[in-house]
Amino acid sequence: MVEIKLKVNGEERTADVEPRMLLVHLLRDVLRLTGPHVGCVVGRCGACTVLWNGKPVKSCMALAIQTDGTEVVTVEGLAKDGELSPLQEAFWEHDAAECGYCTPGMLMAATGLLMQNPTPTEAEIKRAISGNLCRCTGYVNIVQAVRSAAMVMSEK
Amino acid sequence: MFPNVFEYYRANSVAEAIALLTKYGDDARPISGGQSLVPLMKLRLVNPGVIVDLNPIPGLDYVRRTDGVIELGGLVRHAEAESAALLKQHLPVVVDAVELTGDMQVRNRGTVGGVIAEADPGGDWGAALLAVNGKVECEGPNGKRVIDGPDFYLDFLTTALGPGEIVTGVQLPVPAARSGGAYLKLERRSGDFAVVGAAVQLTVGADGTCQEIGIGLSGVGTIPIKATEAERALKGTKLTDADVAEAARLVDGAIEPLTDVRASAEYRRAMAGVYFKRALKAAQARVK
Repeated sequence: MVEIKLKVNGEERTADVEPRMLLVHLLRDVLRLTGPHVGCVVGRCGACTVLWNGKPVKSCMALAIQTDGTEVVTVEGLAKDGELSPLQEAFWEHDAAECGYCTPGMLMAATGLLMQNPTPTEAEIKRAISGNLCRCTGYVNIVQAVRSAAMVMSEK
Repeated sequence: MFPNVFEYYRANSVAEAIALLTKYGDDARPISGGQSLVPLMKLRLVNPGVIVDLNPIPGLDYVRRTDGVIELGGLVRHAEAESAALLKQHLPVVVDAVELTGDMQVRNRGTVGGVIAEADPGGDWGAALLAVNGKVECEGPNGKRVIDGPDFYLDFLTTALGPGEIVTGVQLPVPAARSGGAYLKLERRSGDFAVVGAAVQLTVGADGTCQEIGIGLSGVGTIPIKATEAERALKGTKLTDADVAEAARLVDGAIEPLTDVRASAEYRRAMAGVYFKRALKAAQARVK
């Protein structure tokens, strides 16, 4: 076991990890942040997406030990003081969740997109969430929600 | 699902990585982006006893131009290559290939060195590397060497890398004036490995004569394939329909597609010519 220190959702955390522990398991099982979901288990569904040093990555394809000294944001880190982020608000308003399993991953992928590109086109949004599967096939509302959030955020 | 037990070492320099990989031999694997290696380890298809993490190595994330060559460090993430102004300006064919590699999350983590070393025949980078006559920079226990693209790929997932040797970067020649290139890919679903991919990079004279051409193909054999006979046949022609049809016949002779979960060998063969011709047209349209 190796002790690692990292910042998770703005808080300094320490954990003892085995080298083979995946980031998603550190987050879910050790730090009890169950927002990142385990879906496909082989890196295709995107439900485990988190921001790692500000960029969306799939936490099932990173080793926890590699996050020593870095910063991770999970879906739990989006709302501030009980206030949903503009993107979460837009997901709510556009009914962009059906069963909700893919939602944390969608939110983190789209959050990463909007950080890099605050005014994405519809094609850019679709491309950015192409690594996130919604098996309810609720993509239309998700894309609308991201567009709407981009508009709200750029007006501010 | 999680990997088998392994020992984990951080390499803080290329020399340290080589020393660790040499010490632990076949039991050790280097990791950079890990976007293929980690899933394979989770599926227990690859079970290294030692993982050597290349990510801490400083200075391998450069995108720079030296003389007539664009150099990318092995630790350049696909997302960085995708937005690199030097590539956009000179080698859009490479940008095409990077954009079609995996998805946003994978491109944020996956590296140029990793994808080259992995050498999946359905990967997009290989075809682009071969089309632009790129070279692979390697470093191992016997020092540095630079390997021509076609000499790098030996067999299915097998490269010219020796024991303890890693990919430290790629060298991509800057094309002459009046050049263009494009990579097109047929895929079952977004971000998948190619059923067929075709990369074409060409230079034409003022009179429309093809002066230089590179053709790289993915998904149609055990390795990325450079269609050298088709290249030779097109050089010096005006790229008429007849010239291109003859080249497509030679492309057909250069490929050895296999049947797998993504497509049958027959379908891949049928599509290889189609994608080669489309990529050629797209490359011509980009000549500037």
